[in-house]
Amino acid sequence: MTLYAALGAIEQGFVYGIMVIGVYLTFRILDFPDLTVDGSLPLGASISAVAITSGVNPYLSLLLALAGGFLAGMVTAILNTKFKILHLLASILTMIALYSINIRIMAGPNVALLGSATVFDAVTGFGIPTHFAGLIIFGSFAVLVVCFVVWFLSTELGQAILATGDNPQMIRSLGVNTDAVIILGVGISNALVALSGALVAQNQGAADVGMGIGTIVAGLASVIIGETVFGCRTIARAFIAALLGSIVYRLAIALALGLEIGGFKFNPSDLNLITAVLVIVALIFPNLKRRLIAR
Amino acid sequence: MIALDKIIKYFHKGSVNEVFALNNLSLSIAEGDFVTVIGSNGAGKSTLLNCIAGGFFPDSGTISISGHDVSNWPEHKRARFIARVFQDPLLGTCPSATIEQNMALAIRRGMRRGLGPGVKAADRIRFRRELAQLGLGLEERLLDKVGLLSGGQRQALTMLMATMIRPEVLLLDEHIAALDPKTANQILQLTHDIVRQQGLTTLMITHNMKHAIAFGNRLIMLHQGRIILDLSGPAKDNLTVADLLAQFYKTQGEELALDSLLLG
Repeated sequence: MTLYAALGAIEQGFVYGIMVIGVYLTFRILDFPDLTVDGSLPLGASISAVAITSGVNPYLSLLLALAGGFLAGMVTAILNTKFKILHLLASILTMIALYSINIRIMAGPNVALLGSATVFDAVTGFGIPTHFAGLIIFGSFAVLVVCFVVWFLSTELGQAILATGDNPQMIRSLGVNTDAVIILGVGISNALVALSGALVAQNQGAADVGMGIGTIVAGLASVIIGETVFGCRTIARAFIAALLGSIVYRLAIALALGLEIGGFKFNPSDLNLITAVLVIVALIFPNLKRRLIAR
Repeated sequence: MIALDKIIKYFHKGSVNEVFALNNLSLSIAEGDFVTVIGSNGAGKSTLLNCIAGGFFPDSGTISISGHDVSNWPEHKRARFIARVFQDPLLGTCPSATIEQNMALAIRRGMRRGLGPGVKAADRIRFRRELAQLGLGLEERLLDKVGLLSGGQRQALTMLMATMIRPEVLLLDEHIAALDPKTANQILQLTHDIVRQQGLTTLMITHNMKHAIAFGNRLIMLHQGRIILDLSGPAKDNLTVADLLAQFYKTQGEELALDSLLLG
């Protein structure tokens, strides 16, 4: 792997890491497997791209993306809590609906951002080369998001969110409206995923309705790799691990794609297969380790 | 303090599994009453407590607590008045949170939760002081996860958490049934002390007739969703287990699963 490829993978790890933080929030903290993310990632991208091409400041467009993602997450959580639709099904319904909504927002399947202002302008303006600009911007965003989430979960409200995922009966009898907490939590999760999508779109110069496919799998892969490699004893450690897991995941993918065995070479279209195998290995690994140690 | 008026509750109404859980049940409990609740399995004891706590809404009838008609209040809203300890020690606490985090959740029962720190330094001093009274050494383990504690330690912690903010009503749903006899007695003693110190209005379900007689100032027996026996004052003070059984047969006039009553 070349240095450029490695830097690129780390950059991707950071920007998709924001999505992974969101996935960790639903999947692990709230115990709410949420497939909305496959739709809310391109939702954030479309909102940001359309906003920028209509002259909105790129940073302001991120706020709009956050708001859009939050609404999408709210819809899923309301379907689940108020209308008692199974969480997985509720999230699939929102995800499917978002496909059409994203095309409506962009008035087509994609929007190009070539030549438009992006969040990178602030850094490249200082003469920093483009491939470092991505690293700096995404790295700072990802670290900020981790700090925000870890702080938020330590507040009174955040502790109630943790308890809702852990023991809903207990926290209800302590006076917390668990439905409201789930709606808030899934909303925040999808807001972060949309933010990640918006940054990805500004980086690759386009928003595309298909860019969200496989988001949840990549997210879960990163979460599981992070937990397996870096542990999750405390909340702070768990979220840092999720972010690092995202970077390891992208590096592993880059390595696999660059691999050449005899005449065989992976195609980018093999990505989903590689991801599935990675997740399976990461899921089996802790079990295997335990069994080997037991012998 | 608590008034239940003509409560009717069916579970799975209209299906083959239909259960008539509460049968036109009315009950009025005065401030400071410590009521022990007995009855065979399926008599409606837990359903009664759950009905007061708001775990479900009855099909008809009204519930009021401290003068508020709470019939349409959801469970989390009634938590302003009510604290609960469950039979399963796992239900009362968050296993992945620390002792101090669990206690911090409990001292905000029924209050708004904002963006202030979850555990405040001033609270920690209070937690340590209150835990020390349990005599279990938990005051040195504020940062331990509750998942590491034994069932008895957890139940003691839950008792403390339920009463750190004085509840108008304390609901104990067989809270010592899952513990070994020695621990069960310790928790029972703790319950007795806390209830007496704070003068709490309490309902305690028990399967143990001796406990039902020894504790509290009023005893009610449920059968098939109705109160078939309600004793207080001298009538309760002079009660024996044999009396209780005799009373039961007299009122009921039928044989019932004796062992299910005596177990525990």
